[in-house]
Amino acid sequence: MAPMLEITGLEKGFGGLQALGGVDFHVDEGEVVSVIGPNGAGKTTFFNTITGFHTPDRGSIRFEGEDIGGLSPSQITKRGIGRTFQNVRLFPNMTVLENVMVAQHSRTSSGAWAAILATKGQRQEEEEIEERAKNVLGFFGSRLVGYRFDQPAFVLSYANRRRLEIARAMATQPRLLLLDEPTAGMNPRETRELTSLIGQLRSERGFTVVLIEHDMNVVRDVSDRVVVLDHGVQIFAGDYEDMIRDEDVMEAYLGRPAGEGR
Amino acid sequence: MTAVADAPRTTRSPFDVEVRTIVVWGLLTGLTMMFISATGMLEEFDDRPLIDPILSLGYFALLWVPVAFGFRAAREEVREGMLAPIKGARDLVSGAVTGAIGGLVLAVFAVLADSFEFRDIMPRVGEGMVDLLTFGQGVGGGSVVLVAVCAALGAAGGALHLLPERTGIGVRAAISAVFVVAVLQTIVSEFLDSVGLSFVEELLYTNEKAITIGAFVVVAALGAFLAIRFRGRRALIVQRYAAADPKDRTRLVLIAAGVIGVAYVLAPLLLGNLVSEILANVGLFLLMGLGLNVVIGYAGLLDLGYIAFFAVGAYAMAILTSPLSPRFAPELNFFVALPIVVGIAALAGLFVGTPVIRMRGDYLAIVTLGFGEIVRILLLSDWLAPTFGGAQGVLRIPSAELGPLTISGIDPQAIFYLVWVFVMIAAYVSWRLQGSRVGRAWMAMREDEQVAEAMGINTVTAKLLAFVTGAILASFGGALFAAKVGSVFPNSFEVLQSIIILVVVIVGGMGNIPGVFVGALVLIGVLGGPTTPGLLREFEGFKLLIYGTLLVYMMLQRPEGLVPSKRRSRELHQDEFLQDAWLQLQESEGGGSDVGPNEDGP
Repeated sequence: MAPMLEITGLEKGFGGLQALGGVDFHVDEGEVVSVIGPNGAGKTTFFNTITGFHTPDRGSIRFEGEDIGGLSPSQITKRGIGRTFQNVRLFPNMTVLENVMVAQHSRTSSGAWAAILATKGQRQEEEEIEERAKNVLGFFGSRLVGYRFDQPAFVLSYANRRRLEIARAMATQPRLLLLDEPTAGMNPRETRELTSLIGQLRSERGFTVVLIEHDMNVVRDVSDRVVVLDHGVQIFAGDYEDMIRDEDVMEAYLGRPAGEGR
Repeated sequence: MTAVADAPRTTRSPFDVEVRTIVVWGLLTGLTMMFISATGMLEEFDDRPLIDPILSLGYFALLWVPVAFGFRAAREEVREGMLAPIKGARDLVSGAVTGAIGGLVLAVFAVLADSFEFRDIMPRVGEGMVDLLTFGQGVGGGSVVLVAVCAALGAAGGALHLLPERTGIGVRAAISAVFVVAVLQTIVSEFLDSVGLSFVEELLYTNEKAITIGAFVVVAALGAFLAIRFRGRRALIVQRYAAADPKDRTRLVLIAAGVIGVAYVLAPLLLGNLVSEILANVGLFLLMGLGLNVVIGYAGLLDLGYIAFFAVGAYAMAILTSPLSPRFAPELNFFVALPIVVGIAALAGLFVGTPVIRMRGDYLAIVTLGFGEIVRILLLSDWLAPTFGGAQGVLRIPSAELGPLTISGIDPQAIFYLVWVFVMIAAYVSWRLQGSRVGRAWMAMREDEQVAEAMGINTVTAKLLAFVTGAILASFGGALFAAKVGSVFPNSFEVLQSIIILVVVIVGGMGNIPGVFVGALVLIGVLGGPTTPGLLREFEGFKLLIYGTLLVYMMLQRPEGLVPSKRRSRELHQDEFLQDAWLQLQESEGGGSDVGPNEDGP
């Protein structure tokens, strides 16, 4: 079976900086893959290029057999890739519920005329949108439900903002979910909670997940496979246990042992 | 402020005042009054008595300042967790000192104006003004009187804090009622005439349009009584609406729609020609305001050349209907031409929208400003004069004809009906769009365009849709304008008009339909549009001055507008909302915060 997402020779440069220097990468359906690497390794650029925020300079991105390189972010979302952002980017003045409702945009269709004429289809669709939004928010237990629905997103705590961002990405009804540092800034308890939720994203909701993560405990607990990027190239791909023993990875994070200068 | 540990205080020294606040507000009082006098409002309005023989509009325009600012200076902000301040003589003292400082500034100004010649730079600063400021007592004695009057009025303003809540509401209502009845004499008279109560009019007003002392007492008492009697009813209705189940809600909405319908039918009949005319102008601006509200308020696209779409609508209607259209004169009926006009406006929306789709914020504003001017200059140009008539414009645009009915431009009541049908359609359309999938996409785009794109919203089509919707609503206004006035000229579509529409939306409350209504009624209806008179015809010459002042005040003190949308006031007062949300959490869970920076415990 062909992989769900298959990336070959992906390159992206900004002026003189080669952020991605030919990355080969694939994700199979139902996998949870972690992308790690030191700061500046090109992880976020990698995500941004997959989701259409940057156009690739070279290489191909195939999602479910179709080339999606060069499509706009909204088209890619529509194809079934959802994402969160490293520095949480909610719609701060919209309510929690609205944030999740608006994310269903590409899965719904009623336009301006239907809204003006209040057609039956439109009203029904609105109800479904709200229903689905509440369902998605229910994934996080009681944290984002009830009186939270009508609170503007900016009143949420940091951890809840991260949760809401994940909920919003889920509401775009993707098959592949890209999470950019989902546990950044969370305390250990919240991190553990989120780790198990990431597991449930796959087991209960059927998402394939790719995440960028710095917390090695999370990486160990959730991932089937780990991919390490450094200076825009993939230096390792395999499982966690092999990764922590890999010399190239060690070198990328810690530098070479003394006296081994090349 | 820390509370003393002992028994709560019950009294307070009258001099326990905030000196800095008082001085600042006192100086503001003085400057505002100087501004009002120096611009000539005092002198100009002195001919118009309000309450015979005590008060003229001129003095009213001047002397509300110490009352209002005295009230403000004596106010103490109560924050969560603070003890409510103890009211007492300090409020009086604060108000009085504020007023006195203001009076002093004004008196110095009067003395200066009396001793030196300022007329070259400020033509209104002269004997007439000094005479009025000093109450005809001469500069020496008059200045003392002026300070005393201002101090007394400031004290009165401060004293408003001392009134119990009910009385306070009553007093404020009484003042408003008297002001409205006195200033809006024309409307009240027309209304009384049309319902056959002309004798009331004679009791109410003197020959010089002022209200009599007796009427003053009656109106004030009535206003106060009604306000106290129906106090809190609005909140009650809102509450009941929120609590009602969907079926009852539909019923309440139907009742509201019925009330609006009846008001729509009766308003021009009861209010007469003048007010109908004014309301028709308000309607035209409302159409534009509602359209601009979609573009700016919903989608967040700052369009400063919005009047161009109004011009497109007006010119399209003119050319399609007028027999004098220079090149092409199909002489269609208004209602036949209207769909074509809408189509043309939609194309214009696309035409302007497409090139600016990649621009944001300031850049978009500048480019649209340019577009607005380009449209006007093209219409004015010799190149297009064979089609659009150049500076001569297009004349003899026929009235709208609907079967046997002719809605003539010179019949304000008929025009009112026509314009407000469209206003209601526009309001309905805006309302439906706001809560729909399209409206949410606009909101998201306004908040963060990139993320909106990542959520699957095609921001290009969303933006174009906003531009087109705005253009169509404005073109309704333009088409009606052409049919109402009967001629169109390029110079009816200047930048100033775009700015005024923007001011209407901002002052009213961006992103909120009732806000736009209030903005248009207050600015266009009461003060008057850029070229049309409002209810306060006395203010005609000072209109733009007041617009400007109002805009500055609103930006500083109430940027969310008079009737803000929930979202916008949240946006501009995030701190308070955070606090409210925290308190809400305390109530709902009885402790344990996970709002704000501190996250739920270990």
